[in-house]
Amino acid sequence: MMSYILRRIAYAIPILIGVNVITFVLFFVVNTPDDMARMQLGAKHVSEAAIEKWKEERGYDKPILWNSEVGSTDKITDTIFFQNSVKLFLFDFGRSDSGRDISYDISKRMWPSLSITVPSLILGLMAYITFGLILAFFRGSYIDVSGVILCVAMMSISGLFYIIGGQFLIGKVLHLVPISGYDTGLNAIKFTILPVIIGLVGGVGASTRWYRTIFLEEMGKDYVRTAKAKGLSETIVLYRHVLMNGLIPILTGVVVILPSLFIGSLVVESFFAIPGLGSYTIDAINSQDFAIVRSMVFLGSVLYIIGLILTDISYTLVDPRVRLN
Amino acid sequence: MTTKYIKTINHAKFGLSWIFILLCLIISGCEQSAWNNPYPEQDSSKRIYYDSFSERPKHLDPVSSYSANEYVFLGQIYEPPLQYHFLKRPYELIPLTATELPKPVYYDSEGKVISDEVDPEEIDHVKYTISIKSNILYQPHPAFAKDSSEQYLYHELSPKDLENIHTLSDFETVGTREMNANDYVYQIKRMAHPKIHSPIAGLMGKYIVGLNELAKELHELDSSKINYIDLNQYELPGVKVIDDTSFEITLKQKYPQFLYWLSMSFFSPMPWEADYFYSQEGMKDKNITLDWYPVGTGPFMLTENNPNLRMVLEQNPNFRGETYPEEGAEGDEALGLLEDTGKTMPFIDMAIYSLEKESIPSWNKFLQGYYDTSGIVSDSFDQAVQFNAQGDAQLTDEMKEKGIRLITAITTSTYYMGFNMADDVVGGDSERARLLRRAISIVVDYEEYISIFSNGRGKPAQGPIPPGIFGAIEGEEGINPYIYEWKNDKPVRRDIEEAKELLIEAGYPNGREQTSGKPLVLHLDTPAAGPGAKATFDWMRKQFSKLGINLVIRSTDYNRFQEKIRKGTAQIYQWGWNADYPDPENFLFLLYGPNGKIEHSGENASNYKNIEFDKLFNEMKSMNNSSERQEVINQMIEIARKDAPWLWGYHPVGFSLHHDWYHNAKPNLMANNKLKYRRVEPTLRADKRVEWNPPVWWPIALLLLLLTVVLLPAIISYRRKETESIL
Amino acid sequence: MPVIFITDAFIFLLLFMVLGFAFYASKHEHLSSPWKDVARRPIAISAAIILSVYVLIGLLDSLHFHPKLEDNKSSETIYSTEILSVLDIVLNDLRTNTERTYSSPLASYAFAKEMIDQPDGKQIRDYPRLKYGGAHLDDPESQASDDITKRIVFGFMVGILISVLMFTLIVSIISKKSKSTFKSTLNKCIQNDLEIPWYAMFITTSIIIITISCIYNLAQHYHVFGTDKVGQDVLYQSLKSVRTGLVIGTLTTLVMLPFAIMMGLMAGYFRGWIDDVIQYLYTTLNSIPGVLLIAASILLLQVYISNNEADFTSLEERADLRLLFLCIILGITSWTGLCRLLRAEALKLREVDYVQAAQAFGVGNLSIMLRYLLPNVMHIVMISIVLDFSGLVLAEAVLSYVGVGVDPSMYSWGNMINSARLEIARDPVVWWSLAAAFIFMFILVLAANLFSDAVRDAFDPRLRGEV
Repeated sequence: MMSYILRRIAYAIPILIGVNVITFVLFFVVNTPDDMARMQLGAKHVSEAAIEKWKEERGYDKPILWNSEVGSTDKITDTIFFQNSVKLFLFDFGRSDSGRDISYDISKRMWPSLSITVPSLILGLMAYITFGLILAFFRGSYIDVSGVILCVAMMSISGLFYIIGGQFLIGKVLHLVPISGYDTGLNAIKFTILPVIIGLVGGVGASTRWYRTIFLEEMGKDYVRTAKAKGLSETIVLYRHVLMNGLIPILTGVVVILPSLFIGSLVVESFFAIPGLGSYTIDAINSQDFAIVRSMVFLGSVLYIIGLILTDISYTLVDPRVRLN
Repeated sequence: MTTKYIKTINHAKFGLSWIFILLCLIISGCEQSAWNNPYPEQDSSKRIYYDSFSERPKHLDPVSSYSANEYVFLGQIYEPPLQYHFLKRPYELIPLTATELPKPVYYDSEGKVISDEVDPEEIDHVKYTISIKSNILYQPHPAFAKDSSEQYLYHELSPKDLENIHTLSDFETVGTREMNANDYVYQIKRMAHPKIHSPIAGLMGKYIVGLNELAKELHELDSSKINYIDLNQYELPGVKVIDDTSFEITLKQKYPQFLYWLSMSFFSPMPWEADYFYSQEGMKDKNITLDWYPVGTGPFMLTENNPNLRMVLEQNPNFRGETYPEEGAEGDEALGLLEDTGKTMPFIDMAIYSLEKESIPSWNKFLQGYYDTSGIVSDSFDQAVQFNAQGDAQLTDEMKEKGIRLITAITTSTYYMGFNMADDVVGGDSERARLLRRAISIVVDYEEYISIFSNGRGKPAQGPIPPGIFGAIEGEEGINPYIYEWKNDKPVRRDIEEAKELLIEAGYPNGREQTSGKPLVLHLDTPAAGPGAKATFDWMRKQFSKLGINLVIRSTDYNRFQEKIRKGTAQIYQWGWNADYPDPENFLFLLYGPNGKIEHSGENASNYKNIEFDKLFNEMKSMNNSSERQEVINQMIEIARKDAPWLWGYHPVGFSLHHDWYHNAKPNLMANNKLKYRRVEPTLRADKRVEWNPPVWWPIALLLLLLTVVLLPAIISYRRKETESIL
Repeated sequence: MPVIFITDAFIFLLLFMVLGFAFYASKHEHLSSPWKDVARRPIAISAAIILSVYVLIGLLDSLHFHPKLEDNKSSETIYSTEILSVLDIVLNDLRTNTERTYSSPLASYAFAKEMIDQPDGKQIRDYPRLKYGGAHLDDPESQASDDITKRIVFGFMVGILISVLMFTLIVSIISKKSKSTFKSTLNKCIQNDLEIPWYAMFITTSIIIITISCIYNLAQHYHVFGTDKVGQDVLYQSLKSVRTGLVIGTLTTLVMLPFAIMMGLMAGYFRGWIDDVIQYLYTTLNSIPGVLLIAASILLLQVYISNNEADFTSLEERADLRLLFLCIILGITSWTGLCRLLRAEALKLREVDYVQAAQAFGVGNLSIMLRYLLPNVMHIVMISIVLDFSGLVLAEAVLSYVGVGVDPSMYSWGNMINSARLEIARDPVVWWSLAAAFIFMFILVLAANLFSDAVRDAFDPRLRGEV
């Protein structure tokens, strides 16, 4: 097990290098360091000298990938790419182009993101599994049919409508919770209610339908038939066997997204003015702060790879037949 | 068996009722309040001012900050020598920390004092002596903290000392000291600091004696090794301390606009202790910088700087106290703006600015009473304001019922559409291009633009200078005769037919090249993007198509747009200008040839160049406001109107709303330190908030009921089936 | 003078491919039987009819040309620089009848009060009459509701009439083909006893025809969905947005399809280092957060366009290129899922007897992949195309919100939602743009979801819920 994990981590390194190269190339083709300097220095009265100074301070005056002017090994190391990306592997994100310490900002902004995504995930799992189970239980009845139709209909609505509608209804018309914003500590709870509810409603269609099929598949299996033949009541079969076995694909499906909960949701966070990592990323794209974008891409990739590894491990935990190799 | 099943169903309801219970729990403690109150309940009775901001301030260092959204905070913290009178119009400079307005003294090349009437050429240098008030203290700050032996506590910090420090408030001891003239001088020297990019360093270098030389000298230091430059060790010949309460600035030439600069935060005092404190090793890594934690003498200090959430200003306990102005402009008394006359400012204890990026939430929060004041975005305009039969803006009944009040003011800015004079088709000095430009100027109907996109909140421009600034003329004499006619006591845009005729004269009948018959295609560059952009593009194309011209809109991000302007590859572009100070020079310089964008990377984005205009500009620049100056400006504007390098566009009119409990709300477009004048009534506000935000529960109860009704028959039938199967 | 945008070319390429495949499949029983299975499901066939209406609109909107300029003095014909599509010609009235600003659906008066010059020179502040909406009425206040009802009833009648005619025609054709009497076919049809559920088809088609007929009748004198901020007809915008939605939904998969198939099969078939490289490639691409990749690429394209301004003479061309680029980028972020599925399938297939046998006989690797592997994974490809469609249409809206969607000058539901979301803050609420975008999008995505369910069930019931 341990050696497997180590091997996977070693395998992750070339992937992360690749990710770095891609983001790096994309952003530097788009933005010359001059553009970035101008963006950061403001709009009025920016002199060329100021731009040069800005670039020099941040090391953006070096060649991008290959420095032909210096000695042998420095040809690669004395470049923007090398100087900026090697530190990432040590999780030293450095300073943003506006001069802030990125690691500190990430550690601060992670919590608001988590305060939305974690309740959404837990409540969502509870609600969707229950709904899926109910539909599977009443399969073929009017509840199942209308439930599935409702699910497909809800899947077909753009998430933006849920956000716009939810904000309008719960926040503006019903006066139940603040429309948007955030606060520190326990005061944050009232701000998270609306985004969480909207997140739940937005995901209900697809997830319920998926869970329903999982449970239905489970119900069609031999052991269920055997259990029923033994004379067990349908409720017990459903509750003890179908639910428990159906949870395996559901939970392993959840494991893969666990790490990405840190990143938060771009759209929800910017609609509700939540100072999480999602809005951090959007702001960075808009202000073309390359240092932040690069760090967030790197973080996102690391979390994705962790998610993959966790999924593999969780398979072995729930199903002893699976071996890691 | 059935009980177990019921549990499953309960489980389903649990998901929904969980939220329900949670809500009840949060709210149970505070019955007397609105449930959607985004602020802690205990704050309701405090004298707190609530506002929002939409863009995070990039710089809070007064020497590098140059944008209105930063001045909202900086203006309350830092105090330059001068300020604008809060109430009087036209705008008038008055002393802030200075004892009186400094007067320029002119010297000729032999060092003799001469009068300002003489030809500017004869003036060799100008001296301003600024004397400042004594007993002005800085806000409490660790940089001033001293131990019992009068040594600075936090000036020799080791990495170990910084281990548990994350924000400025982690330093336990704070101190203060009296502000003196050297702090002002220190700040001016900072403009030359190689590590700070002061946006006005170039401009001031042209005027302040020795600033450029100092910048060169400092730049030669190895900047990578030096954290702190002790600027007190360097001489700046143009800026000298006379004694603790006065200093002297020497300019290379006559520059009457200099006094306006003295009211901007570039010229606020900066204690060297703070600069030294922040420059210590390791501070920057902790995000503790002067750019993040300002140190000032003003009425407020920044106690929470979290631009992703909110900015909090609190009263500076060391503030000397200033009294509310005693006289105002005409009509101010009737508006209740003189009620606080003579009282000691500031009137509020704290100001909380929350981040609001989306306009809908912030507008709704204003209506719910959670912001004291709000602008009006185009989409909520009709809800707030209607025009009466005379065309005057009035609040709607809904707003009046809430006691909301409306304030309008023509801004000192101009939004224009420029032609690139370096372009082959629309640019240049040829008669053909000039006629084309004028034809387009007539046909782009800014009256309609203002009414559609700004709900009538704008005044079509007759020239570059907005009304309210010296040089702009109202009424019949003020109209642009090339585009407007004076009819029925108001300017009326000339007929499209006239534009078509001009177009024929220019050689584009019906918008087609006379010789080849090919349609004329023009390009508009704009940095606009976002939800509203498409509508404006469609509208713009509609205007040009009136002449048969096909307009191609090239929208890009702001960086790319600026680059195009810089390189001069744009053809027609949209831009705007916000006044730095209320002087016509600040607008006319946008058309001054030697400010051309391509050649001199100045602010003249159209690259307009007219020898006569440039000559008059140099003359006008150093004149005092007088009828002669007006005459020169009139000539300049006539030249510009004839050449039409801009479609003059419009001057936006600012509309702002404020609640009943908010006082002294007079808009002042020049002053940045307005917060100290504001007053709020917290009890009235708390009552209204409860009254306006009654929680509505029944739809949720209804939803739960509906769910039960849907599920009930199934449960019953299932139970029946279950019992049957067992039997 | 016709103009062919790049996406137009792709659309027609796709159309020919679909037609070609349909022709090929009709000759091969194993290919056509799952489709026949789809056609036997009433919901699926109804969804397919709705989809085909959208496709028709999209196709009409993909035939672009420069209109001729009239009153031209020189001898050679000169074309306008404007670019129109056939759909624009069909909807010419809707396109050109623009009001000044907002008007609500079926209104005869503007939405907001304005200063109106009276004939006697005085000014009053009132709701002005619209230039086109209800312009044929003398006194809309009293006549409008009657007129609208009349038009709806008339449209309804015409719709019913056309539907009945069509139904009779179809039934008689079937009866002739099956050589039974008209009456017995009719009976079978109503009892849903035929192989294909004609009954469901008929109901769907009639609803569509009646709706179109009603809207057509109303649209001649009213703005059925009102007008937007600059007075443009919202119905026209919604219809123009259809093409954008379809292009995003289909081309995205199409452009990346060859890569996904090639890479997936190669990885599974060759294994070894090729497998490693391909796996590395898609894990890397997959681990970059999609939005960031899209944002960066859209910025990249803008730089390219502004550096090569001369190559893009019209707004439409720029917008079109951006649309294509968006499709490619979305494709890059979404092909990996399909590639992984194909790799797994190919791993299994390469061990199958006939592939082993072919290898033993020395059949080339390429032809093994094309002849033995590809046909056996086609069902996965099919399912994934259909399943991705609705997700992509929805994604377009979100991307427009983030600011990295299609060009802001392009008609799309995302742009409509994005600009209309601020309008619901107005009071009275301007809801119609949002509602129109919602309805058009909802119907398309719903139909696509229902259709894809049927396709998935027909092709591979085992894949349920896994893709």
